[in-house]
Amino acid sequence: MASIAGKKSGLTWAVHLSVAALVLLWLFPTVGLFVSSFRSADQISSSGWWAALFPSEQNEVYRTTDPDDTRVADGDMFVVTGNIFEGAPRDIKAWGVSSRDVAAYQPGETAELKGGESVTLQPDGNYVWRGNDKQISGRGQRIFITATVPPEFSLENYATILFSGSGQDNMAKAFFNTLTVTIPATIIPIVIAAFAAYALAWMDFRGRALLIAVVVALLVVPLQLALIPLLTLHGQIAELVVSFLGQPDPSNLRVLAEPNALGRLLGFEPGDAVSAKGYLGVWMAHTAFGMPLAIYLLRNYMVGLPRDIIENAKVDGATDFQIFTRIILPLSFPALASFAIFQFLWTWNDLLVAKVFLIDSTGSTTVMTNQIVELLGTRGGNWEILATAAFVSIAVPLAVFFLMQRYLVRGLLAGSVK
Amino acid sequence: MLTDNPALLGLVTIVIGVGACLGYFFFSNVVLDRVIFPAVGPNAGRNINRANMVRPWLFLFPAIFALTLYLAYPVFETLRLSLTDRSLDGAFIGFENYRKMMNESKFWEAVRNNMLWLIVVPAASTAFGLLVAQLTDRIKWGNLAKSLIFMPMAISFVGASVIFKLIYDTRPADQNQIGVLNAVWLKFDGGIGSVLMLQVLPTLMYLAFAAIVAYVAWLFVRDIVAKGQDRSPWLLPLRLLVAVAGVWLIWLSVSSAVGVWIVDLPYGEPQTWLTLSFWNNFFLMVVLIWIQTGFAMVILSAALRGIPEETIEAAIIDGANPFQIFFKIKVPQIMGTIVVVWTTITLTVLKVFDIVFAMTNGQWETQVLANYMYDKLFRANDWGIGSASAIIIMLLVTPILVWNVYNARKEMK
Repeated sequence: MASIAGKKSGLTWAVHLSVAALVLLWLFPTVGLFVSSFRSADQISSSGWWAALFPSEQNEVYRTTDPDDTRVADGDMFVVTGNIFEGAPRDIKAWGVSSRDVAAYQPGETAELKGGESVTLQPDGNYVWRGNDKQISGRGQRIFITATVPPEFSLENYATILFSGSGQDNMAKAFFNTLTVTIPATIIPIVIAAFAAYALAWMDFRGRALLIAVVVALLVVPLQLALIPLLTLHGQIAELVVSFLGQPDPSNLRVLAEPNALGRLLGFEPGDAVSAKGYLGVWMAHTAFGMPLAIYLLRNYMVGLPRDIIENAKVDGATDFQIFTRIILPLSFPALASFAIFQFLWTWNDLLVAKVFLIDSTGSTTVMTNQIVELLGTRGGNWEILATAAFVSIAVPLAVFFLMQRYLVRGLLAGSVK
Repeated sequence: MLTDNPALLGLVTIVIGVGACLGYFFFSNVVLDRVIFPAVGPNAGRNINRANMVRPWLFLFPAIFALTLYLAYPVFETLRLSLTDRSLDGAFIGFENYRKMMNESKFWEAVRNNMLWLIVVPAASTAFGLLVAQLTDRIKWGNLAKSLIFMPMAISFVGASVIFKLIYDTRPADQNQIGVLNAVWLKFDGGIGSVLMLQVLPTLMYLAFAAIVAYVAWLFVRDIVAKGQDRSPWLLPLRLLVAVAGVWLIWLSVSSAVGVWIVDLPYGEPQTWLTLSFWNNFFLMVVLIWIQTGFAMVILSAALRGIPEETIEAAIIDGANPFQIFFKIKVPQIMGTIVVVWTTITLTVLKVFDIVFAMTNGQWETQVLANYMYDKLFRANDWGIGSASAIIIMLLVTPILVWNVYNARKEMK
């Protein structure tokens, strides 16, 4: 804009710098989690993740081999030799033999201890420990080194989270549960809303304006209101199902006391319960909660489609169903895609709806967000587990986000700015 | 077995669920056109017309069903539940639940915190969004910068909570801090840096906030004083309310600015940020601001692009500086969009549950209404008070609801 007046603004550099600062500030937290997910538990707790990206100076403790087995006589003294690094060499900056002064000596120097005992450490980690019979016995001599350690990363945490048998740390099942919730909860509302949006945009019937107003009003109704009434309703449906399958248990109407013919045919046994929580319920809930936005977005888009196409098709004898599936649906692709992304992100990231309508007492249908909250409670200090679990759960939405960002932005603009 | 393989089980349930939905639309139309009102035979024309009268409702039925059952009905049912007592077999007890709720200090804490969230989060997100939108508007890598700032939108509230818990992490004083905030905090132990960061900067921020509030309040109030304006009488109380709220906020921020210099904070020691009452609310809000800024930015940036260039050219020719162009030309023109963004974020704030639930669970005085409600419903099992607090949330969104419908109807005409 400044170039319009023919001069470059003096603020350009300030603008570049402040945008860079803001971007870094916004990226910093996520990068921290990402980096941490590749570090071992020890590394995470010994230094901040920002230090992990660069070679760092660390203090480490090593011990020489057990003298009783490996010492060699040398005159009236004994000598133990070896290398403190077993397969993992370090670049030694300084070393010491006492925790009070861990950097007393340079590599190659000899530490003289009391009574003629001495330790020599070479830069490559080879040591010579010399002393009399009494000194060279018991446990190995401790050697403290200050070394430059290159950044270390591994995929071990991901292996634990995704493939480690069972247990609370394993997210694989929760991952599939989340997918099972998300895919239908994305597709079903789109199908339903697309038909409804078409009816509200292009079909004439009484009460259309009122219906549109209701949809707009429902856009803002907080879903918190739905929790108890719907939980009760789902419970009643479960009881109804049980009464179809046989004789309910009088103390708990959701438990079968005795299955009838239909129940036996479906493989139910006495004592089987029909849970009020399950995928069907959570799909219905997500479908309904996403519905106002879906109808609103899609209707706004469809109203903008050219009237001629639809009228021509009608003149040619197409039914509304044909017009919808053959013309409107393909033309509405951008709006459908943008809503699909919204709904996908929303259902994937949801915690409350899944907690209320899906996750039963067995916990076998838990979703990733819930599992992470539980991990926060039980493994609050184990950042390698937490960071990796969180990153597994945000990886898919992030991928979707970066691939489909254009549609996401388009949908946002269609929905919020008139 | 099917149930042993989560992937297969998921796939089967997905196919059944989606298939049932698609099947409904396909077969209901087939039945309508072939069986009930066939388009052949002597009554073909009449049948087609009748089928076309029924079809809208066929198309709309699943949507109406879902909306009624899952959104409209619960509003009334929750209202009813909030007036009854479950332990007395659902007997009507009037406003007893509300009275009990109002006697709880946790409820008022939630209301107080929610007010704080409602002021801070939309304001900060919109301000940052506007700032980024304006700054990235004219630089080459603006789009890259925008998509990076937009990215947190894709991250779940729970994921974001984990991310920020790592930032707020605390270790004992003798260990390396792995939380950034404490690592930075420990760098400031007396000295000029700490005075600048911990006292001068917050003071400036408080004073800037006070100045902004004063300016906004003045915009509202000056019409009362201005002469010869066409004033509608019912706006007067609103303006006075804004003025009083403004004065209160200014007083609050000025006294906080003074407080920064008086209070003796334990600098140089690691802090447990999430247990510092009052301040911890802000640490939680940061998470939501971080997520919502991208949303505000995208919409405001589109609005900024939509401003006609002539107005800006004219201002430049008249010698306006970039700040004047921004505040006097651009912002007034996109005021409508700013209001929409503000409202949308307000709605999100009212419903925010996950962040508080995952990070503090309302301990250390960080309770908010949505989490309070969840607590009542599913931990205390008190459906009466839980429903009452849900109704409070509903009351808070009602003005936005009315405004939305009013706008939509205006547009349709």
